[in-house]
Amino acid sequence: MTSHQAWSVEAATVILQAMPAEERLMLPALQRIQAVFGWVPDESVPVIARELNVSRAEVVGVLTYYHDLRQSPPPPVAVQVCVSEACQAVGARPLAASLEAVYGVPLGETRDGVEFAKVYCLGNCALGPAAMVNGRLLGRCDVERVGAAIAQAQSVLA
Amino acid sequence: MTLLHEPDYGTPAALSLARVEVVVDGVPVTVPAGTSVMRAAAEAGFDVPKLCATDSLQPFGSCRLCVVEIDGKKGTPASCTTPCEPGMVVRTQTPRVTELRRNVMELYISDHPLDCLTCPANGDCELQDMAGVVGLREVRYGYDGANHLDAPTDDSNPYFSFDESKCIACSRCVRACDEIQGTFALTIVGRGFDSKVSPGGTSFMDSECVSCGACVQACPTATLEEKSVIDLGIPTRTVLTTCAYCGVGCSFKAELRGDELVRMVPAKDGGANEGHSCVKGRFAWGYATHPDRVLTPLIRDAITEPWREASWEEAIGHAATRIRDIQTRYGVDSVGGITSSRCTNEEVFVVQKMVRAAFGTNNVDTCARVCHSPTGYGLKQTFGASAGTQDFKSVESADVILVIGANPTDAHPVFASRMKRRLRDGARLIIVDPRRIDLVRSAHITADHHLQLQPGTNVAVVNALGHVIATEGLIDRDFVAQRCDLASFAAWEAFISLPENSPEAVEAVSGVPAEELRAAARLYAAGPNSAVYYGLGVTEHSQGSTMVMAMANIAMATGNIGRDGVGINPLRGQNNVQGSCDMGSFPHELPGYRHVSDDAVREQFEVLWGADLRGDPGMRIPNMLDAALTGQFRALFVQGEDIAQSDPNTQHVQRALEAMDLVIVQDLFLNETARYAHVFLPGTSFLEKDGTFTNAERRINRVRPVMAAKTGKQEWEIICDLSTALGYPMAYDSSSEIMDEVAALTPTFAGVSFALLDEVGSVQWPCNAEHPLGTPIMHVDGFVRGKGAFQITAFVPTDERSTRRYPLLLTTGRILSQYNVGAQTRRTANVAWHDEDLLDIHESDAEARGITDGGWVTIASRVGTTVMRAQISDRVPPGVVYTTFHFPGSGANVITTEYSDWATNCPEYKVTAVEITPTLRGPDALLASAEADAGALA
Repeated sequence: MTSHQAWSVEAATVILQAMPAEERLMLPALQRIQAVFGWVPDESVPVIARELNVSRAEVVGVLTYYHDLRQSPPPPVAVQVCVSEACQAVGARPLAASLEAVYGVPLGETRDGVEFAKVYCLGNCALGPAAMVNGRLLGRCDVERVGAAIAQAQSVLA
Repeated sequence: MTLLHEPDYGTPAALSLARVEVVVDGVPVTVPAGTSVMRAAAEAGFDVPKLCATDSLQPFGSCRLCVVEIDGKKGTPASCTTPCEPGMVVRTQTPRVTELRRNVMELYISDHPLDCLTCPANGDCELQDMAGVVGLREVRYGYDGANHLDAPTDDSNPYFSFDESKCIACSRCVRACDEIQGTFALTIVGRGFDSKVSPGGTSFMDSECVSCGACVQACPTATLEEKSVIDLGIPTRTVLTTCAYCGVGCSFKAELRGDELVRMVPAKDGGANEGHSCVKGRFAWGYATHPDRVLTPLIRDAITEPWREASWEEAIGHAATRIRDIQTRYGVDSVGGITSSRCTNEEVFVVQKMVRAAFGTNNVDTCARVCHSPTGYGLKQTFGASAGTQDFKSVESADVILVIGANPTDAHPVFASRMKRRLRDGARLIIVDPRRIDLVRSAHITADHHLQLQPGTNVAVVNALGHVIATEGLIDRDFVAQRCDLASFAAWEAFISLPENSPEAVEAVSGVPAEELRAAARLYAAGPNSAVYYGLGVTEHSQGSTMVMAMANIAMATGNIGRDGVGINPLRGQNNVQGSCDMGSFPHELPGYRHVSDDAVREQFEVLWGADLRGDPGMRIPNMLDAALTGQFRALFVQGEDIAQSDPNTQHVQRALEAMDLVIVQDLFLNETARYAHVFLPGTSFLEKDGTFTNAERRINRVRPVMAAKTGKQEWEIICDLSTALGYPMAYDSSSEIMDEVAALTPTFAGVSFALLDEVGSVQWPCNAEHPLGTPIMHVDGFVRGKGAFQITAFVPTDERSTRRYPLLLTTGRILSQYNVGAQTRRTANVAWHDEDLLDIHESDAEARGITDGGWVTIASRVGTTVMRAQISDRVPPGVVYTTFHFPGSGANVITTEYSDWATNCPEYKVTAVEITPTLRGPDALLASAEADAGALA
């Protein structure tokens, strides 16, 4: 992933105070925290609760509902493979199987700093099978194309 | 869950006036528009099976057990979330829905422990009931699949347990915490199969939970269960009674096995609380059976001697002989009594009767002297009745709520929940308080204005509000013309318009920005329904009475009196402070607030009581204490009150008590005052009492005994015995006879009897021929005194002010889990939340003095010093410090001063100039004294 800021209450407060203090903006607030820090640390829960004037429990309820919101630091490389209907119709299953075979890790797990996850639709149905590597959307994927993106992501980090 | 099953219609009543007729299972039923099909069915006599629905919560539609068929509609809608439409034909028992319900239940049970026989909720479980109702006979899925049966139990809360394995994720607990309590401490974490109820991913004790118990009550299974039920078993009988903590006066169902109390469940039809409670009322009743309770009378000749157990005859005889001896030697007026706002109306009535008729003096006062006496005075002067104007329900119609010197979420939590519900629904909020209380900003509540004034400048601030109302054309001239005394209004209008009352002038003394004052005044005046709620932050000042009248002035000027949603509402500290005042506890007033000098009134009492009564007012508590030090006042009867801890300037109180020849204490425990007593008469807890309490909304509620008096005697019987021993025979067959006497003598109580209360539940006085079922809202057609009287309320700063030597201002208050001097709550598991008093100090003041968070500090005022630990807090502004007075060791009142309200002598607890210095050592000796009272018997 692109470089993330180190967590701090002060930085989180600045991010949150830049948006209206409204309960209905809970999800955007969580997304911004994740965008800046790469994840949503437990320490951010009371800060979000304070700034949006909701309870800590409510923040935890939303945070734990969405798989896309991370409660632990992100891996160096995150690969998301779409397994929704449209992509399945154009080869998402064989793609997933190939990735599992090449990298020796089932979808849903992390190996050597590369996390493979299933997602249900990246909004790129016309160009399936779709995948995303560290936030970069890939269309018409095959194992080579995804592998190249992984290698590039690793080289950026190296 | 609850033993005594009140009808549950599944969804709340709809309030619409429009009516809709539907047919349920062939039975026509007419309901308000917006009523759910479920509720309509219940009203037609058909209970639709349900798990996630209950009529205290909004419909949710998650359990899918309440499906029905509706002619002409597709599918099987959930009856809880489907509103009735005209002409609907609903079928609640078709083969299709029966099958569906059984299937749904099958899924629930496939992931639920099958330990019903050993489950603490066995016999009191809605899941069990519904399994029976839907005819579950088998679970085809087996029990081997993924499940939650090994989920852990959270036992961190001292009063209830959370057994996740039994949870059906119906969200009733989550919704109860949100909708009823308004704390939002619970949520569903995870999604799909992993969804589970959680107090925010932590334990209950580490969460935002305030332990009100609404979740426990809402839980349809044993997931959230009182530990007392787990330990003792399901209760077998119910007694309806009233909580004995704060002035909200919640109605409870005491649920017992034999004479052992198992749990307290708030009553749905309780007028004050409508099915809700707080951590004190629901859980903190264990003190009633605490081993520290004294059950045998004690006597001693001198306070330096150990106590000696005595029979009732000996103790009462001893007390009577000494009272008469003292009166013979020092005069009739050398003795007096103090009544307790914790006791019943009947108990208070007989104490003041004993003092007036048997002692032969009007030296009777009550602990209301030190809390709400300015309320009585101020509202009598302006409106003509010493009481709040509204019922609690009225807040549901308020558009603007002005909270002054009150912290409802801690001190009146059940009313606060009601207020917060209204605020979440859109009412605007103004807070006047030196501290940032929770209502200023907490989950889903934000005050529009927080007027963070310097302690002691209340009157200036409310005058500034009045100034804006008067000078910006915001006066309701029609209301004033029709309802108020015009001469007094003209004088007030001229006075309040003076430049010294302008927000700009007041900003300088109060520290509140003028624009904030102007905006708040405009908001209050705009209403349309604006209501004032206030507490001891108003009354416990040198200008407490002035402040009450200043608030009454702006309410009258804006026409905010005499209907739903408005008014001046004192939040009373104690369960029966309204009642103890009503019952004639003040030295100048007979029951019903009638002056002792009124010959016609006095004669009425003299005839019925067969005694000559004095027409001159007696001494107030501070006068009694002062006179004790000069040798004129020699003997004091203290009913259920701990003046040595609760009254200001402790050293002065102690010296006065020491100087007396006889102190008689009637209480549950050997309290601080009992250290100075010669006779101790053991009292009864509210669980043993038979009588009535009158709450802050003038609601007279029945207190019914759930167990026999542990001392063998009701407190009123003890008073009758003492009075008889003094030569004035007093006898009643029951406490209901005492209320009959109150009713016969007091016009506002004329219609009150135990029979009426037992029949209708409760009534709000005045209750008489004109208002046979009581008066929820006062001054509707006219003020009790005729025309509302505006009063001139010039701001006079207190003499207690910060100086170079004492540069900080100390103010005191309460917290949620403890109650006043803590005699009761300190003897319960509530100490898990608060086991010592702390001094809140702002970071800048702490830094300047080298004070650290949690470090010991000495607090010095010009009258005394005490030691406690500091807590650095942004709730107080720089220059202001704050503490509570729940523990005797902290000695908060060692430092409070002798200053008091000019009209009523209510002490100025809320302003004491102090200096805080760090100190190395904690007050070991002082802390030990909290427990020493138990040892005083030795």
